[in-house]
Amino acid sequence: MTFLSAAMLVARKDLVIETRSREVIYTSLLFALSCMLVFAFGLVKDGRVIADAAGAILWITIAFSGTLALGRVFDRERQNETLRALLLAPVSRAAVYVGKFAGVLVLLLLVEAIVVPLVVLMFDAPLFRHPGLMLALMAAGSTGYAAVGTLFAAMLARTRGRGALLPVLLYPITVQVIIGGVRGTAALLAPDADLAIARAWLMMLVCFDAVFITLSLWTFEPAMTE
Amino acid sequence: MKRLFPVLLILCIGLFAYAPFLIVAAPYESTMGLVQKIFYFHVPTAIAMFTAAFTCGIASAIFLFARRPGADRVGLAAAELAVLFGLIVLISGPLWARKAWGVWWQWDARLTSTLVMWLVFQAYLLLRRFGGPGSEKLSAAVAIFGAALVPFVYWSVNMWRTVHPTTNVLPTLDASMRGPFLWCTAAFLGLFVLLLTARVELESRRARLDELYLALED
Repeated sequence: MTFLSAAMLVARKDLVIETRSREVIYTSLLFALSCMLVFAFGLVKDGRVIADAAGAILWITIAFSGTLALGRVFDRERQNETLRALLLAPVSRAAVYVGKFAGVLVLLLLVEAIVVPLVVLMFDAPLFRHPGLMLALMAAGSTGYAAVGTLFAAMLARTRGRGALLPVLLYPITVQVIIGGVRGTAALLAPDADLAIARAWLMMLVCFDAVFITLSLWTFEPAMTE
Repeated sequence: MKRLFPVLLILCIGLFAYAPFLIVAAPYESTMGLVQKIFYFHVPTAIAMFTAAFTCGIASAIFLFARRPGADRVGLAAAELAVLFGLIVLISGPLWARKAWGVWWQWDARLTSTLVMWLVFQAYLLLRRFGGPGSEKLSAAVAIFGAALVPFVYWSVNMWRTVHPTTNVLPTLDASMRGPFLWCTAAFLGLFVLLLTARVELESRRARLDELYLALED
């Protein structure tokens, strides 16, 4: 079995389970909505969202609901005792990682496909004024977040107290994604959008993705060996 | 290592004992006056913190890929020191900022990035303490990621407009200030090596003790 077909198989397995139960997608979406509700009370003044807050609301909502999805995806493997089976499979560990990562990324993008229009509607944020750049920012940010998140969630799947440890580990390292995403989005949302700045942040996110996906591929194998 | 320790200890005591005299003798900075002197401790501890962070990252990589248990002990000791020196940096910085900028904390890139680094190594220690068996490999991965984060964080400094004095202050430093500054840097790096060797030695003995217990039970 080649690397890619093994990865595809793992990703397909996760997505099939998800389409049957729809558990992760429903809980993450509802959680995202509740997050936005909380932000609405903190960051809306006189009926309008305060300057620059829309980008922050979007990215923080995605980061929070992403953590929920990551925890759940690996809890499922542990509950069914399938994590060991997955690691025992005669394919390279990196392929298992890539498959898991692709599954998480698809879930994250699905959540975003609903959260982004909701932010546009509820906070009156012109996110679609530069659709190409905005989509690129979302894709690059989600890729980096899912890459680091999948690695840490997988490693923590077997430890005690993973529910509390995952956010503690994940947020300091993925804060670079949040900085890039929020600053890039803010540059696009400004009254006269600063496209050069948005592109610079996009470049930073792409570099971050490249470095952290490479590192994750390297560390997944030794870190998951007992 | 054992014979090196007393030499280092005496050297460090000497460096730290003489540092206050040098700092007092250094001239006052023209605009900031007395508060600028905190710089002689603030910047060297920051250098020591980043040295500790990189030491931890490299040791963790060696542990994870070459499976040397000794490297893990160095990683743990360096992570603790990164947190310790980071705490000194994060306390001495605001003391200066209050006088120079009028606020205790500024969400500028360099301050934020130091805080992020500090949080990463706190997470490393938390994971080791509460993660249960097998957590040393996971924390090694955290340390590698933490060390890889530093260049990004540095890039952000240039990208984001920043109020923090930049690194090109150091080469242009007046000779009368550079002497005490280099002296303090040597003192803090010496302290780093001293504490690192002591901590690694302690951890090696603990590992040896565990082995003996296991051998006794068999």
